Amino acid sequence: MIAPETQELTRVTATADGEEGLFELSLGPHHPSTHGVFRMDVVLDGERVVKLKPVFGYLHRNHEKIAEGTSYLASMPYTDRLDYIGSLTNNWAYALSVEKLAGIQVPERAEYIRVITAELTRLQNHASTIGFLLQEMGASGSPLMYGFREREKILDLFETLTGSRMMCNYMRFGGCRVDLPVGWLEQTKKVVADFPRFLDEFENLLTDNEILMARTQGIGVLSKELAIQSGVTGPVLRASGVNYDIRKVDKYGIYDRFDFKIPIGEHGDAFDRYMIRMLEMRESVKILEQALRDIPAGPIMDAKTKLRGFRPKAGEAYGRIESAKGELGFFLISDGSPQPYRYRVRPPSLINLTVLEDMCIGYNVADMIVIFGTIDIVLGEVDR
Amino acid sequence: MDLEKIKSEIEAAVPGCRLQLIHNDSPSGQHSLLLDREHAVAVATFLRDDPELRFDYCSNASGVDWLDKETSEKVKVKQLVDGVEQEAEEVRKTRIPGYLEAVYHLYSMEKKHGPIVFRLHTEDRGDGARLPSMTPVWRSAEFQEREIFDLYGIVFEGHPDLRRILMWDEFEDHPMRKDYVEPNDYEYEPTPHEAVLEKAKQARAAE
Repeated sequence: MIAPETQELTRVTATADGEEGLFELSLGPHHPSTHGVFRMDVVLDGERVVKLKPVFGYLHRNHEKIAEGTSYLASMPYTDRLDYIGSLTNNWAYALSVEKLAGIQVPERAEYIRVITAELTRLQNHASTIGFLLQEMGASGSPLMYGFREREKILDLFETLTGSRMMCNYMRFGGCRVDLPVGWLEQTKKVVADFPRFLDEFENLLTDNEILMARTQGIGVLSKELAIQSGVTGPVLRASGVNYDIRKVDKYGIYDRFDFKIPIGEHGDAFDRYMIRMLEMRESVKILEQALRDIPAGPIMDAKTKLRGFRPKAGEAYGRIESAKGELGFFLISDGSPQPYRYRVRPPSLINLTVLEDMCIGYNVADMIVIFGTIDIVLGEVDR
Repeated sequence: MDLEKIKSEIEAAVPGCRLQLIHNDSPSGQHSLLLDREHAVAVATFLRDDPELRFDYCSNASGVDWLDKETSEKVKVKQLVDGVEQEAEEVRKTRIPGYLEAVYHLYSMEKKHGPIVFRLHTEDRGDGARLPSMTPVWRSAEFQEREIFDLYGIVFEGHPDLRRILMWDEFEDHPMRKDYVEPNDYEYEPTPHEAVLEKAKQARAAE
């Protein structure tokens, strides 16, 4: 069985004789601005984008098939490799789905640890995303290093807690793998208390910057209707003015206990997407302060859950969380055996790319790079 | 969400559609609706546009492969053995044909409720693996249906741009199917160069 018809990209009419016309450009896969191995087949009219088709799959390793051939527990380390910037949120989304599938309760302390690690993940993700964005705009070096400096402090915390900076493999169905090491909470409190100072510094450097404004304001506008229709989630959706954050809507875990706000954009342009991430970091700091204050003592694993030889009853469940990139979901079907019959990842990075063409048409090539940077994708998750 | 109520609302709004409620035994309690292929787009449009339901956001679309199943039951039959009637056991096998399935998870961004799950079944796992595309209703299904086509081989009718998305265009099989056999040579990829060589070989043979 083959595709009904392979689509041909617009014919190139520019000739070597100097005849002007449309120009076909294959941008990537090995390009510093494409965040990995990602290609855009672009048709240009001069500098203006006429057509854009994203091409990916270079990093495809069929994560879903591998997960269907192994036990539920064995897929947990592999989820780290999806969005490798935010491995802890991937862990949580998978753990949450399995907990839904098997009806597992999570102890309170574990829920707090999950919130703390997930919000720290969001902080370091947004900080480095903004750094990358500025790098692509031509602000070479400094903003990215500012972001990475803060990210490194958080990764150090992850390393003390889980033994790994990026591939944390920390959560389990029914709780977390190990308890917090001695002094970890104090160290985290210090990092969180210092974070607003970094945000002020970062914003001083960037938000009022004339070049950043000129490069982002009114660029890559995504309307509210199109954003909903095309299933865009996360900061990109909220920048378009849709009040939809799964932490508030589903109230998974213990998010109903914290007092925090959801920043909403007005224009849906690249600047709003940048600003939403800045504001979201401030809200995450608020959540972290409350969680670090209230975290109770107690067990970190549900005593009744057997991790080895785990066999949930036949059935299915879809669980989702608000990861730093958007809605990260796992759809699991169990047939009662130790392996999932169906294991599906709903990748926010992939689905947010659906509207890339609509956002880029009519803008210049340089703007296209900026618009792509504001979507914030990780190819490990797009290609799986 | 009360799925029974939604089911009766759909039946009232889309005359002639055949719905089936599929029960989910898991503690998640996410039951689903099986839609028929002919009315699927009409039902989906109703779910999206109904002012009470407003499922404006199709979060997840995934394919599932259900293989042919063979069930065997033992039946007692009377047989004539040497003119004497005797009772004997016979194993009867019934073969349930397999199918491919597409599962959609819908939420409402406006009303902030959900999920509602609906599924579509193909006729078989071969040439009949065709389903109506949901991309005209929710554009978020565009890449996800391309992925299902790529990995499961369901052809979505009405999809604007149905091409392979993760595997390369020349790849022939559908790797997420349960009976997929891995190729013994992963590196093999037909290249234009081979076509040229073949042509040259034929030209030389004609000389």
